Parts: sequence; C-alpha cells; structure tokens
Amino acid sequence: MIDFVPTENDQKILDTVRREALACRKYARYYDEHEEEFAPDELEEAKDFPPTMSLFAGRKEDDTSVAVMSMLLSAGQCWGDYTVRMRRGKGGLGNAALRAAGTPEQVSKWEGLTLAMAITEPGCGSDPSQVQTTAVLDEATDEWVINGEKIFVTTGCRCEGVVVWATLDRSAGRAGIKSFLIEKGAPGFEVTHKEKKLGIRADDTAAMVFRDCRIPRGNLLGGKEEIPKESSGGFRGVMKTFNMTRPAVAAIGLGIAEAALDFTREQLQGAGFVVEYGGSLQSQPAVVQKLHELEGKFEAAMLTVLNAAWLSGEGKPNNVEASISKAKGGSAVREVTQGCIEILGPMGISRDHLLEKWFRDVRITDIYEGTGEIQRMIIARDLLDYTRKELN
Amino acid sequence: MISFGPTEEQEVVREAMRDFAEEALRTVARECDESASVPDALLQQVWELGLTATQIPEEFGGAGEERSPVTNVLVLEELAYGDAALALAAVVPSLFANAILDHGTEEQKAKYLPLFTGESFHAASLAMVEPGPLFDVLNLRTKAEPKGDGFVLSGQKSLVPLGDRASHFLVLAHNTAQEGFAGIEGFIVPRDARGLTIGEPEKNLGLRGLPTVGLTLDRVEVAAADRLGGEKGFDARRLVAASRTALSAVMVGVSRAVMEYAIPYAKDREAFGEAIAKKQAIAFMLSDMRIEVDAMRWLVWKAASQLEHGLDATRAAHLARGYCARESMKIADNGVQVLGGHGFIREHPVEMWYRNARTLGVLEGSVTC
Repeated sequence: MIDFVPTENDQKILDTVRREALACRKYARYYDEHEEEFAPDELEEAKDFPPTMSLFAGRKEDDTSVAVMSMLLSAGQCWGDYTVRMRRGKGGLGNAALRAAGTPEQVSKWEGLTLAMAITEPGCGSDPSQVQTTAVLDEATDEWVINGEKIFVTTGCRCEGVVVWATLDRSAGRAGIKSFLIEKGAPGFEVTHKEKKLGIRADDTAAMVFRDCRIPRGNLLGGKEEIPKESSGGFRGVMKTFNMTRPAVAAIGLGIAEAALDFTREQLQGAGFVVEYGGSLQSQPAVVQKLHELEGKFEAAMLTVLNAAWLSGEGKPNNVEASISKAKGGSAVREVTQGCIEILGPMGISRDHLLEKWFRDVRITDIYEGTGEIQRMIIARDLLDYTRKELN
Repeated sequence: MISFGPTEEQEVVREAMRDFAEEALRTVARECDESASVPDALLQQVWELGLTATQIPEEFGGAGEERSPVTNVLVLEELAYGDAALALAAVVPSLFANAILDHGTEEQKAKYLPLFTGESFHAASLAMVEPGPLFDVLNLRTKAEPKGDGFVLSGQKSLVPLGDRASHFLVLAHNTAQEGFAGIEGFIVPRDARGLTIGEPEKNLGLRGLPTVGLTLDRVEVAAADRLGGEKGFDARRLVAASRTALSAVMVGVSRAVMEYAIPYAKDREAFGEAIAKKQAIAFMLSDMRIEVDAMRWLVWKAASQLEHGLDATRAAHLARGYCARESMKIADNGVQVLGGHGFIREHPVEMWYRNARTLGVLEGSVTC
C-alpha cells in the first residue's frame, strides 16, 4: 500500500534519535573549529541512551522497513551534527564494498576492521576509469605491488584498512580496474595528511600514498584476476555499492538542511512572522514564501531518498532512483541552506549560530558519491536508453 | 508505515486509466482546446468508468468502495497524463459529491448523492475561486450573512468548472462571525436559485477544454438544510487540502506528458550530425524532468496518504501544491525549449501543456481527491 504515515513504533525510534542527535549539537562548533582533533568515538551522553540498533527490537510487520528507517535515522542523526556522533560505528565505506564484492574468506577475515574506500586521485574524480594507481603481480612472491596516490579518503586516518582502486592495465580502461584490500601498516603505505575542508571539518578525510606497497595475492577483492574483455561487468559490480550509499549521503545532507530550516523557522517566528500553511502563498510575506519553497524542496528530496531506500528494501532494482535521490538531495541541500541564510540576512552568516556551518557542511553532498552531473548522466542514459558511448 | 507500493487493485486501476487517457483523452485534447468545449459524449464515456460513483456508499446507489484519496490521486495523474483539461472535466461531479460524502449531513447525503449514481453524467460543481487579484481561500470576498435559520450569500465567483451545465453549486463563502478556516462555510445552491446569475463561458489561457463560468450571487437565500454539514458547518481545512492535493496530482500528469513527449523528439531530432538528446544541455533537462516528476508524485502521495488516514494534511498539501506548480511550469517550459520552434507550433501538444501548466499552478477548487 501507499502510505507515508510512520507507525507508533517508527515514531518512537525517530524521536529517540532526534533527542540523541541534539546532544551532539553542543559539540558541533568545537570540532568545526578544532579540525585537527577527532571527536570521541563515544560521547558521555551516549550512556543515557540505548544503542541505536536496540531500538529496532520488537518491530512489527506493519512498521516501516529497516531500509527506509535507516535513511530517516541518518537524517535524524545529522540533524544534530554530521561529524559528532553519540557513538561512532565501526564500519566505513570500504566495509560496504567488502560486503558487496568480497569472497566469503575475505569477508570473514576483514569484516571486523574499519575499512575506508580509496578511489579518487589528484588527477581523477568523477571518471574513475582514469585511475592511475597501478597493481602489478609479482609472481615470484605471489604479491601485488601497489603504486599511486589517493585523496579524499573518508575515515582515512581512523580506519584500520582501506579498499583501494588500482588498474592492472591502463589500456584496458574501466575493465582493468580492481579493488584491493590493504591493511594499515603495510610497507610502503602512508597516510600523508588530513585534508582541510570547507565543511564537515571534524570528519576524517585523508590523503595517502602507496610506494611499492606489497600485499598478498589474495587481497584482490572478489578474487577475479582476469581482465574482462569488452564488457565492464566487473566494474558495474563495483558501482552497485552506490545504490544504497547514494541515498544515504543524500539523507545525511538533508538532515543538516532540515536543521537549517528549523532554525530559520524559529527565528522568523521569534521575529513575529506567522508561519502557517493554510492560506494562499501569494498573501504571505516574501520571507515566509521563501521558507515554504525551501520546505517543499526539502520534503521532495527526502521523499526521493525514501523511495530509493524502499525499493532496495523490497529487493527491487533502484540504481536510477538512487541517482535521482542523490541528484535531488544534492541540489536541495544547497538551495535550502543558501536560502536560509538569505532569509535571515546578516544574522545568517554569524558564527554565533550553526547555520553558517550547516551551509558549509552540506556543500559536499552534491559532490561525493558521484556529482549531481554524474547522477544526471546516469538518469539520462536510462531515460533515453543510451549507452555510455552514446551519451557522455 | 512508510511505503511506496500501490496495491494490486490500484495498479490495475492505474493501468486502465492510463490506457483510457491515451485512447480517449489525448486523441481529442487538441480539438477540445481549439473549440473550448468538451463533448457530452466524452463526459458520458468517462462517467461509465464510475469515477464518482465508485466510492459512494451502496445505500445511496454507489458501489460502496472505500473512499480513497490515494487511489484518486493515482487516477488523476493518469487522466491528466492524457489531458489535464479533460481530466478535470471528467471529475467535476466528484468536487460536489465528495464534499457531500465527506462533510454532508445524513439528509444531504440522502438527497444529493443519488444524483451521481445514475447512468448518465451528472454535473454539479464547486464555486471556490473569486475574480480579482490575490485570491485567498482564507479571505473569501463572498459573504454569508445569517438570516433567520438560513443565510444570505452575496459576492462573485469565477472559474467554476462545468458551471454551464451544473445542476447545483457548492458555494464557499465567508461567514463573518469567524475568521480563518472556521469562517469558511459551504452552501448548496441550485442552478435556478433566485439571485444567482450564471455568466458566459470564461475565456482562459489554458485548460480550454474545461468550460468554466463566473457566478454572481445577489442576496441568494439559502435554507439551513443546505448549509454543508448542517449546524456544525464543515471542515474546510480538509476540503482545501484535498483540492490542493488533487490539483498537484494533475500537475504531475501534465509534467509526465511533457517528459514522455520530449524524449522521443530529442532522440529523433538531429543537429550538428547527432540527436540533440546526446547533448548534455538537452539530456540534463530531460533528467531534471525525470527527477522532478518523481519528487512531485511523492509529495502528492504523502498528502493523499495523510488525508486517507484522516489526518490534517494542510501542510503537506500546501507544500505539494507550491512545489508542483513551480516544477510543472519548469518542465512544460523546458518541454517547449526541447522542441524548439516546434514547441511553439500548435501541431504539437507541448504549447498547450505549457499554457495548461501555467493555468493549473494558480487554480484551486477545480478538482478533489
């Protein structure tokens, strides 16, 4: 059935997460201004709250699917603060890749470690087929030798291992790219620095280099060493992990955007504006009209996220919907936070409030996990029934 | 539970409506637009789909199916995908019937609902919009003054759909004793009421296949029995939310029509040696249409779901209406742009959809769910 009203059970979880999230907000400014520090893995406030997953006990059949709830939870947590968490989960993006593509042996060996995902390089971002990092098999020692440089690696400092994209043969293009599991401490693997960023500053984003870094032959994720000929099937498998991560990052950005909307609405109300939804839009003051427009964008984007997650939860294909949610979320969070500052005027840029931080924090949403432009290419190819060659 | 899955029955209805819209509405849409009229035969054909009667209880002669705003927005999107003007014309009787069903007293239900369960199309309409700038349902200029047990109505209405043939009008007026939604009253006014003048057909920018008229109410007396909901009045908030939600569903349908027309055109049309769809400037416009059609539809579904739960859908409906108005206009605008000069020529439907999108964005009270 088509239904958009959370059950009582759902609502209880969502409310708890919001209460928790608010506790994180008081540390938000500190870690924004102390970029070099890491927010603790567990806040003192966490001890008063049950672990998030325990909230899911006693779910009933008519409760919302966990896939959809997980999006609402991400949004709810980030509504408090993106970079400060009550409890920092162990997994990284690399763990998602491991689960999606690893052999059973690899999964059991590596799943306990926090794994980052290293794709981007100084010379390639949106087009990962241009990866320059190389992996060469040394048959004498049965080892891969990795050489290259990676940037923008989320959790690159805190992680215990990293899934690295490297090419076996540059001339093979996308088909030549494989993922490798590399543990921290492997010889020749060095985390060179933590990136300094516009927003999400407390988040750990690292640069790393691999200089003749030797790893066991069994560390090729998925174990398939041959380069597929024409097809890029292997590559497509790698891209599959995006079907949940794309809506998830959109949900994160939207949680922050919602905080900006709530703050702006409260400020307007405090200044004597009536924010209500019954009358016609035309008869409202301009700032209230603007707020309504932004609320609509937020709601619309959040619903595209929930739709992508719902499909995934139902076991239905969702790669186009994942791109839709990412494209829509990416533009909505920009418009919402920019618009909130516009509504509040000079107050909006003051560092006495978090709005200016939220404005900086959300900007990455339309870039990482595939830019809005990449998402639109994916959507357009589906819509027009074009291949990559026909539309690029 | 948050879920995006229509029921099997809803899927069946959706598919049937899509076929009907393509075969019966899209094919005559241009003709109706040019002649600014809707053929009686078409209204009769739509009537036989049972859109209005299905959700009327059996005791009043209907099919007694569950009153479902969600199913209704699914139907509206599909019909509007065929043609928005004809979709609106098709469901005008529901404007009146659903209001009686949701808000009427038992006597009102018994008296009026059977009008809509017969074999021939029966028109009755809603008079909500008023002429002049800045129409706002919360500030109606049509006034209802108490007189004895009843009321006296004075004012002007416009954009009353199928007013040329409606047997009754549900007239919304401001009962000055109260403000806001509480001050909105509905009155059932028969076509031949003393003091009611029905104007000539209005000439509008878009939705020309939907005949509309203005009404002048010059001290029209209404008995207490014809006050919607009787002594306690009615929940205007819900009626307005249902109207906005339904209107938004129509905007989704129009947007989808534009998108689905623009895609094959962009693949066929060549410039500089290749299909224009292969240019990112065009491909991205089409992607944005796809994104926004989804986003709009989910906003509509959310509002409809709240209505179905009996919740206050005021905010959801308001946000959906504002969002759909903006985005459907943008989609229609870009649809014209993708077709270039051909988008401006009446041989293609895109210019009509462009006019229709602008028109829909400012309408209220023309459709319900």
